[in-house]
Amino acid sequence: MFLHPTLRLVPDNTKIRFMRGRFLGILVSAVLSTASVVLFFYPGLNLGIDFKGGIVIQARTPKPVDFATLRASFAAAGLAEAGLQRVGAANEVMISLESQATDKATDAAVQRIGAALEKAAPGSKILGTSAVGPTVSAELLRKGLLAVGLSLAMILVYIWFRFEWEFAIGAVVTLLLDMTKTIGFLVVTRLPFDLVMVAAILTILGYSTNDKVVVYDRMRENLRKYKSMPLRELIDLSINETLSRTVGTSSTVFLAALPLALFGGATLSAFAWTMMFGIIVGTSSSIFIAAPILLFLGEQRLRQDARVVRPTKARKRTT
Amino acid sequence: MMFFSRAKMALILGICALGVLLSLPNLMSAPAAWLPWRHVRLGLDLKGGSYLLLQVDMASVIREQLTNTLDGIRTTLITDGVGYHSLAVDRVHQRVLVTPREPGDEAALLAALRKMVAGQVAPGGTPELAVAPLPDGQVAVALSTAALTARANSAMQQSIEIVRRRIDGTGVVDPEIARQGSNQIMVQLPGIGDPNRIKSLLGRTAHLTFHLIDQTANPAAGGPPPPGDAFLPMQDQPSAKLAVRQFVAVDGGNLTDAEAGQDPQTGQWVVNFTFDSVGAREFGDVTRQNVGRPFAIVLDNQVISAPVIREPILGGRGQISGNFSAQSATDLALLLRAGALPAPLNVVEQQSVGPELGADAIRAGTISLAVGFVLVILFMGLFYGLFGWLADIALILNLIILMAILSLLQATLTLPGMAGILLTLGMAVDANILINERIREETRLGQRPLAAMEAGFRRAYGTIIDSNATTLLAHVMLFIFGSGPVRGFAITITLGIISTLFTATLVARLLMARWYVAIRPAALPV
Repeated sequence: MFLHPTLRLVPDNTKIRFMRGRFLGILVSAVLSTASVVLFFYPGLNLGIDFKGGIVIQARTPKPVDFATLRASFAAAGLAEAGLQRVGAANEVMISLESQATDKATDAAVQRIGAALEKAAPGSKILGTSAVGPTVSAELLRKGLLAVGLSLAMILVYIWFRFEWEFAIGAVVTLLLDMTKTIGFLVVTRLPFDLVMVAAILTILGYSTNDKVVVYDRMRENLRKYKSMPLRELIDLSINETLSRTVGTSSTVFLAALPLALFGGATLSAFAWTMMFGIIVGTSSSIFIAAPILLFLGEQRLRQDARVVRPTKARKRTT
Repeated sequence: MMFFSRAKMALILGICALGVLLSLPNLMSAPAAWLPWRHVRLGLDLKGGSYLLLQVDMASVIREQLTNTLDGIRTTLITDGVGYHSLAVDRVHQRVLVTPREPGDEAALLAALRKMVAGQVAPGGTPELAVAPLPDGQVAVALSTAALTARANSAMQQSIEIVRRRIDGTGVVDPEIARQGSNQIMVQLPGIGDPNRIKSLLGRTAHLTFHLIDQTANPAAGGPPPPGDAFLPMQDQPSAKLAVRQFVAVDGGNLTDAEAGQDPQTGQWVVNFTFDSVGAREFGDVTRQNVGRPFAIVLDNQVISAPVIREPILGGRGQISGNFSAQSATDLALLLRAGALPAPLNVVEQQSVGPELGADAIRAGTISLAVGFVLVILFMGLFYGLFGWLADIALILNLIILMAILSLLQATLTLPGMAGILLTLGMAVDANILINERIREETRLGQRPLAAMEAGFRRAYGTIIDSNATTLLAHVMLFIFGSGPVRGFAITITLGIISTLFTATLVARLLMARWYVAIRPAALPV
């Protein structure tokens, strides 16, 4: 009974006319991305301590946490601005402090927090500490942005080598739109933007590119197969033909990310929610953005390119 | 495409068997003789431990260098009898400025300085100092860049060595200490969830010196200390100050050993030390000449104690007492044995995870991995039937081979790394989806089973390569520029792509080919 597929993702031979919705798609995308850019500047990303510097200490007190005493003790130690938050059990507390002016001050604050905690709740145990001074946070932020920028550039070059330049432009513009939306998502949800989020964004970039490659490969194949079909119909045909692939590949990664979001703990769940958002955005942008951009970039040139035989490029293989 | 020679089949099966074998150590508790004992190492975020990033205070290295240069110039000019005034350090330009007393002294001053400079060569053969007259009549003695670089380098190497000795002295198991960049030292302390003691050990330069005390000066009277003296605070009572002669009678660098112990008479904790031959001689001379006078034991510009010399100490052995507890005596002995740091160290980053949080992280990662794995396997089976289940077998082998590669490289598995494994598995089946969808399409177009399978694999290859290449590029960037646990994520994804290219295409293809040969179906179950 398990020999044949039990379920079907997408019915065979769909004929959805996606290009009819191209203006709506691009409009929605443009609005969302513009809003995201605005959100990026105001109120801005909630930078995690990797990038902003600061201290997060998780501690366990012998008795249930008495926040009033704790707050008073911190205020007495000159740490009034420290944030106190209950995590998990009633006797566990998360103490966070904004970035200090110097590395030395940051390290000194770690000691002071420990002392103030011991004073308010003797016998407390520090479960974990994370302290990043301004030197390191500035360096991490620089490197994180560098990693994203270089990845984008390399993806652009890669697609340009493997496809015609229109595809490369289409893919990278779409990736940029995807990325701005992901940043908007991070601003709205106030999820901390840290190194793990850079990992999420890079994974989304890589993944979203896969999706575009699948659709573009089919377009390239169809450009050769149906020499007289209008580009608009051809793009619709290609999207319909690859729809089950696009949905299938996205679903498996979505299914892999879902348990991380539910059971992965604070860091990984923030990572996984962002990934899932990115997968949805990336999949829909393959259909509604990447394809119409090709249509706008010009029927004339793509048609010409398709007719010219270039033996150097691997033309036969497609999915 | 669907034909496999015996040799090729044997090779693929051999690699799979090797993968199973190499991943076994991760499930075993004790090494076995027939197995290479390499396994995945757990990152500090999973097994608990501390990561410290220390930065050597290079400004203080330069400052010390400038002070030494200034002292050298003063000595030279006094010995040579050259008139000068306003000898001062110019920190901004990293040089020492001196003015001849009379304009006519300039030639003599320059000559004396040039002679002094010629005798000082930095490691590498470049001159350490450069003498240049300035238009306003002053003379500048500047530290050369090459010399500064050489100094910084040697300060780094020395710091790493001292840090290693200090940490070894605490008995931490398997610490990892490595240079990072031009002025940072990375320290990893497995199993240490609260690194405060080690931080306090590393936070002291531990420069021990013995000085005579100027009994004529009174720090409590206020005003600046007399020339050649310094008012230093007492360690256990920082408000009380002592007038200490700046001249170093004996330097702690001449110590060969230090041990914590208890004074047999008072029962107090003390640190017993032993000098080398040079130190013993100097210590003997000083104590012989100053019997009945107090002298100060100074650690990092704080007076630990100031005992009165009762008799000459000639054997090179001595004792430091000063309100120690067992812990502080042990720590001081450890610091003295390890030696002084050439410059202060600052902690610029600290990540510590106690064993409880580590266990929580392992649990969270394992549950996610198990649930995600089952979801993906069910998805493939339900939506792609037989070919989906075959892809699932390839997926299980993928996980095994990935673990084998990670073990072989003794890679570090972090919590983000576990997420990376799960995402690798989710993306691995994408290759099978592309192949199976193509086979389905070809079948629908009327192709015979074997031809459809052929076409499915042949045509999907390019796309599979393209999509994995872009993911690979992004994660290589993440590995290069990322740090800490996030690099673990980049490593698992990158290695996962390699194992995916093998299992999702070759292994899955072999399974499908064997199935075809065994059944010879008239139609494919797609």
